[in-house]
Amino acid sequence: MAVDDSCGAPAQVATPADFDTQGQVVLAGKVTGADGPVGGAFVRLLDGGGDFTGEVVSSADGDFRFYAAPGDWTVRALHRTGNGEASVTAEGPGLHQLAISVG
Amino acid sequence: MSREDVLVTTQWAEENLDTPGVVFAEVDEDTTAYDAGHIRGAVKFDWRKDLQDGVRRDFVSKEGFEALLSAKGISNDDRVILYGGNNNWFAAYAYWYFKLYGHENVQLLDGGRKKWELDGRELNSDEVKRDATDYKAKDQDTSLRAFRDEVVQSIGSKNFVDVRSPDEFSGKLLAPAHLPQEQSQVPGHIPGALNVPWAKVANEDGTFKTEDEIKELYTDEGIDESKATIAYCRIGERSSIAWFALHELLGYEDVKNYDGSWTEYGSLVGVPVELGAK
Repeated sequence: MAVDDSCGAPAQVATPADFDTQGQVVLAGKVTGADGPVGGAFVRLLDGGGDFTGEVVSSADGDFRFYAAPGDWTVRALHRTGNGEASVTAEGPGLHQLAISVG
Repeated sequence: MSREDVLVTTQWAEENLDTPGVVFAEVDEDTTAYDAGHIRGAVKFDWRKDLQDGVRRDFVSKEGFEALLSAKGISNDDRVILYGGNNNWFAAYAYWYFKLYGHENVQLLDGGRKKWELDGRELNSDEVKRDATDYKAKDQDTSLRAFRDEVVQSIGSKNFVDVRSPDEFSGKLLAPAHLPQEQSQVPGHIPGALNVPWAKVANEDGTFKTEDEIKELYTDEGIDESKATIAYCRIGERSSIAWFALHELLGYEDVKNYDGSWTEYGSLVGVPVELGAK
C-alpha cells in the first residue's frame, strides 16, 4: 500500500439518528435551500474560537459529517446560491445534529 | 517572485481556456468530481494513482513522471495551471512536485475548484484528449523536500511549521476532523514546532490571503526569518499549501516540505515528541 490514508475529505453520506459513533463526537446534518437539499456546498467546521478545523463537500442530499472533540462548534456552509451556518455545543461523545439553511 | 507569477485568478483562467500553450490540469485523490464536471479542456491527474508509487511510500520516479506528462499531452514549454478540490491541497502538492522535477512554468488557480464553483463558472464533462508528447523531466530537486534524518537533525535549528489543526498538534486528535480517528502513530508534534494551520493562509473561498497578511501571520506566530523552514502535516498535502505560501508567495529561500510528515515521524522509534498546545 502506498499512502492510502490521505487527508482528503471523503464523499459524504447520510448519518442516521441511531448512527454508531463508536465513542467519538460526531457532528452531522444537512444543508438545505429554498428548493430542498443542497449538494455541492462547501461545509466548514469552525472551533469555539472561530478557527477553521475541517471542510467537506455536502452530498447530493445535502449531508455532511465531522468527527470532532467535546466543545463549541460552528458549521458554516458556502454555496454559489448563498451561505449559512449553525452552532452546537458537544458536551461529550455521541451524535450532534445540525441543520443549515443557505440561499 | 510575485503573486502573479505563481497564481492565476478564476477570471484569468476563464479568459484563457483556449490560449495555446496553456494547459489546465485538475488534481485530486477522488476524481469523481472531475468525471462529473471539470474546467473545459482540463486534463485529469489522480493524486494516488498517477503521482504516488504504487508499492513503496514515495513519488513516481523521474521516468514515471516523464511518462505521465507525455501521456497527458503536456510539453516541457507548456504553461500548466493546476487546480483541484479540497482547497487545492492536491493541486499545491502537484505544484511542488512539478517544481521538484524541474517544470518551472506552473501556476496554481487561486481558490481552485471551490472558487470556480462558488463563482458559478461553467463545468464540462467532455472527455479531454491531448496528443502525446515526449516530456523530459529533470532530476529531483531535493532542496525542496525534507527527509526524516534531516528533520530529526534540524530540531532546534530550523523552523518547523506544523499546519495541522490545533487538536492534531496538541495530540487530542490524530487525523483531521472529517476522518475517523483510528491511526497507529503516537499523537503530538515535533518539539519546538509552530502550529500554523494551513487554512490560516487562505480566505474562506479558498483563495490565498495577501502576502502582507500571510507574512504578518507567520511572524506573529514566531517564525525566525533568518532560519530555514520545514513544513509538515499528516502526509504532506496540507503542508504543500504552507510551502507554497512561504516559498512561492513570500519568497523565503530555504523552505522544504516534509512529505513523510506526522504519519512517518509519529511512527519513528526513539525520536522526541512534544505534546500539548503551543
